[in-house]
Formats: sequence, C-alpha cells, structure tokens
Amino acid sequence: MQPDSTTGRRKVKIGVFDIRFVIAGLIGLYGIILTLLGIFRATDEELARGDGLNINLWAGIGMLVVAALFAAWARWKPLIVPATPPADDAD
Amino acid sequence: MLLAADETFRLDADVFDYTIVALYFVVVLGIGVLARRQISSSLDFFLSGRSLPAWVTGLAFISANLGAVEIMGMSANGAQFGAATFHYFWIGAVPAMLFLGIVMMPFYYGSGVRSVPEFMRRRFGTGAHLVNALSFAVAQLLIAGINLFLLATIVNRLLGWPLWVSLVVAAAIVLTYTALGGLSAAIYNEVLQFFVIVAALLPLTIIALHKVGGWQGVVDKVSPGPEQISSWPGTDLTGIDNPVLSVIGIVFGLGFVLSFGYWTTNFVEVQRAMASDSISSARRAPILGAFPKMFIPFIVIIPGMIAAIVVPEMADLKAGTGDGDVTYNDAILLLMRDLLPNGMLGIAIAGLLASFMAGMAANISAFNTVFSYDLWQQYVKKDQPDGHYLTVGRIATVAATLIAIGTAGIASQYSNLMDYLQTLFGFFNAPLFATFILGMFWKRMSAAAGWIGLVSGTLAAVVVALLSEDALGSLSTGALSLSGQGASFVAAGAAFVVDILVSVVVTMVTKSRAEKDLVGLVYSLTPKESLVDPNAKDLAWYQSPTKLAGIALVLVIILNVVFR
Repeated sequence: MQPDSTTGRRKVKIGVFDIRFVIAGLIGLYGIILTLLGIFRATDEELARGDGLNINLWAGIGMLVVAALFAAWARWKPLIVPATPPADDAD
Repeated sequence: MLLAADETFRLDADVFDYTIVALYFVVVLGIGVLARRQISSSLDFFLSGRSLPAWVTGLAFISANLGAVEIMGMSANGAQFGAATFHYFWIGAVPAMLFLGIVMMPFYYGSGVRSVPEFMRRRFGTGAHLVNALSFAVAQLLIAGINLFLLATIVNRLLGWPLWVSLVVAAAIVLTYTALGGLSAAIYNEVLQFFVIVAALLPLTIIALHKVGGWQGVVDKVSPGPEQISSWPGTDLTGIDNPVLSVIGIVFGLGFVLSFGYWTTNFVEVQRAMASDSISSARRAPILGAFPKMFIPFIVIIPGMIAAIVVPEMADLKAGTGDGDVTYNDAILLLMRDLLPNGMLGIAIAGLLASFMAGMAANISAFNTVFSYDLWQQYVKKDQPDGHYLTVGRIATVAATLIAIGTAGIASQYSNLMDYLQTLFGFFNAPLFATFILGMFWKRMSAAAGWIGLVSGTLAAVVVALLSEDALGSLSTGALSLSGQGASFVAAGAAFVVDILVSVVVTMVTKSRAEKDLVGLVYSLTPKESLVDPNAKDLAWYQSPTKLAGIALVLVIILNVVFR
C-alpha cells in the first residue's frame, strides 16, 4: 500500500493477480507441455498428418514467447488501483 | 427432451489433452474465487467498480462476441461461401464498433447509466423502458439457450458424453464463475479466453495452410472456383443474384441496420465498455476491440475454407456428393480431427469450450444486471439497501442458468440456429437502434413515440418473418419469396423504417419532454465538456479514441481492397 499524492486515496498494486500474470502462467504452462510433447512424443504418424510440420513444438515455443512477453510487461508496468472503490460518484 | 448422443465422429483426446482442458477450468474457477474476495458493493459486482484498463475491456468486448455462433458459424460460412464471409467482420462489425466508440459511448458513459434500458428510461420515461427491459431479458434467455445448446453439442461430439450431461455440466461451470465473481470474473475470464482461443486457432490455421500449400494453395484448389477468393459482390452469401443489389444488401442490410443495431444497442457488448475507468477508456474499448476483430476472420474463415479442401467429408459435401452425415458446421472440428496431434488437440478443445462459455456467460451477466436494476429495482422493490439488489442479482444468475437449460431444449428443435439468431436480432435490435438514433439526435421526439416506435418496429419485423418462407419455421406462410439471411435482412430493414416513421408521426401529435430533463441524453442539449475526458489533452496519440478509430478505419479499408 502506498499513499497517492494527488488524491490522498490509498492505492494498491494488483501483484500476481494481475490478469497479465494469469495469462502468462496459463499460456506458459501450455507452452511447456506442448514443447515437451513436440520434442519427445512426435510420432511419424502424427507428423504425417500435417505434412511434416511439428505443430506441437512450434506452437509450444510460440506460447512460451508470448508468456514471457506478458510477464515482462506486467513486471515493467505494474497495475495500480485504488485500495477502496470510488464512492458512488457515478450516481 | 434432448437428442441422443450423436456418434457421427469423435476426436481422440488422450491424457495430455484432458490435462490441458482441466488446467483451463482450474484457472477459470480460481479467478472466480479471487474476484469474489474483492467485491465490496453492488456497483463493484456489476460494473467491476469501473476500474478496468481499456485493453482489458476492449478484449472482453471482442471475447463476449467470440462465442459458439461466431466460431462455428463463420468457419462454416467460410467453408461454404469462401471469402465473402469476411463481410461479417469488415463490413458487419468494425464500422459499427468505431461508431459506438466515437458517437454513442460518451452518452452511455457520461450519463452514468448502468444499462441500456436505463438510458431508455431517462430519455423516454417508463413506457419505452419497460418494453425494452422486458424484451431484452427474454432475448438474453433465448440466446443463452442457443449458446448452451451449442456448447453441450460440442462437448458431446468431442468427448462422447450424453448431451444432457454435457448441458448440466456446462451450465454448472458457467454458473459457478459468474455467480462467484460477477462481471469482474466474467471480464477477466473473457480476456483469458481470448488468448486461449487464439492459441487454439492460430496454430490450426498455420498447420492447415502448411498442409494446403500456403495461400496460393487455397487460391489454386478452392472449389467451385476463383469467386470464392473474392469478397465482393458476395452474391452466394446474400442469395441475391444481381451483383449491384447484392452489394447494396451487404452495405445497408448487414453493414448498417443489423450491425449498427447489434453493436451499438446490445447491452452484452456495451456493458463491457462501461466497466472502464474513464470516459476515454470507455470510448477506446470498442475501438481497441476493432483491431483484433479485423484479424479474427483469418483464424476462423480461412481454416473453414481449407477444411472444404483437405477434409474428404467436407469436400464431398461441397461437391454435392456427401452422404449427409456432416454439415458445414463441422468444418473446424473435422479439421482439428485430421490435422492436430494430441497436445495441440487439447489446446483446441480448451479454446472452443472457452469460446462457447464466453457467449453464455455474457448473456447471463447482462440478464442479471437488467433484471436487478431495470425490472426489480424499478418496478418491484424500490429503495432497498444495496445488499438487497446484490442478492437479487445472484438469484437472477442462478434462475437464468436454469431457464437457459430449458431454452436450450427449445433451441435444439431448430435445424438452422444461425437463421434463428439473426431473426431474433432483427426483432429486438433493429427497432431499438432506430429509436436510439432518433432519440439521441432529435430533441423533440416524445416519450410516447419512444415506446410506440419500439413496439411497431418489432411488430413489423415479426410480420415480415411470418410472411417469409422459413424465418419462423412452420409459422411462416411463404407469401414473400424470402428465405434464410435474405428474410432476416428484410425483416430488420422493415423494423428500422417502420420504427422511424411511426416515431415521427407519434411525435407530431404528442408532447415533447422538457429540455432540462434531456441534458446529457440528446446530442444538441449536451454541453461539449461532458462528452470528453477532462484529461484528454494529456493522452498520447495511441490513447486518443478518434486517432485510433482513424487508424482502424484505414486498416479495414485496406483489408477490403486487398481481399476484394
């Protein structure tokens, strides 16, 4: 928690519950599973279906990259919201 | 009540695929539990405390629309009609989304209303409000039933569970996370869904393009010929033989009445933008959403087109030699079955389940807001403490989910859900859009004109549907030779024109509302400052709604030219 200099309202970082970390976590986990499947479990029969393209491996690597980018973005610019929701100023 | 398990074809999921799907559901339910801890008032529950950044609401805006009908229907259209299906995105969605962000959103957000019916109440009084809130609530329950039915059908095809088990399980999961976390959880899950859907469809598109020999392979092999590669004039899609009339049909029918009606007045969409943290964010949400929306057809329509080339059953169906077991709706599932290895198959299943849940959850959360604020608080129990409406909202969520299981039963009776859905949009959205536009720009429009216009617009659409060949199934008489998409387009057009005419005539003979009651609700009576963000001049170019909309417009024109 840190005071906000302009309004005096308390502000708090969202931290690991930031949606970007959630995205990075899930897509990253998928990336790990797919990459491992692509390296160790790509049978010739499976590869023949896609004319030789090892889609598990390439999609897995792509997902790892996307996950890393989201984690980096969330670290670089953390999301800060008011600790208490604004009073009913909308009404 | 429901059909027995359909065993036409199955996908061979293994332990890795199930693990991937299970991981997704663990995260979705986890978000619901976490979001629940942060709820402190009813405003928070329904509009996420208006604290979400624009890129989150923008993606939720797209994701709420990226449901079962979108993915199955558009890939099916791609398989059947080819590139003409692009119109549903570049003509039928993006321009209306930009219009919503630039013109309509300042009114919604600036007036502080919590729902579209509430805007109707402040502009036209209780008559129009009650008509709109009731018809909206009914429409949401019917559409939630369609989404739930499609979701259960897919679960059944993928995993072989009986349809009724699939229905109940799907309903239970959607219910759990919307009830636990409200819109906060729904929006966050929709953002997550967006990425899982892309993670599913993008590799599928890549491997399909690899298989067919790149875009050139599609151009060379698509049947019946090169007209499937051109989006204009789209005579196959509209069913109108004359190319000029077909273009007029696409631009005015799809591009104006149906699409503006859907995107600008459909609370399921607008609610997502209203959860933003400032008026600029609210305006940016649909505009930022327009960018991914432009490129979604590449991972939805192109796989459909390729499925009709590389999947033997689909090729037979298109050549007219199929044995009737598969339909165009199966395009993307058959492509997954033929091309994807275990692992990627699990991601694709998770992505499809995610997208089918998105549509249903969006219907349920919009229903619950309109029910508790616009019907219960307005007409049943006024002036109760905040907690009362929160409880009502939770009960409404449960009730809506149970009713959706019933309306899924109704939906299962229809052989063509896409036509049914477009017909419903014509009934509900086209007259609403006409009343909105007129009410926003014409300060004299009277309260009576508001509700009489809405009712007569809807009646006009129902009459056209009854006179068509098949828009209302066996109820249609066939007096007009219109069918399929053509019928729902003419019904929507009739609703729009009749609504405008009746509203003008009624306004001539009734009393207009006092101008002081309309400040912030009618364009000419709204001070310019209340329509703009006070911090607007501090925004960078990439945060300015109008500049972003300009870039989006140029891009969509380029796409139309490239794929003409």
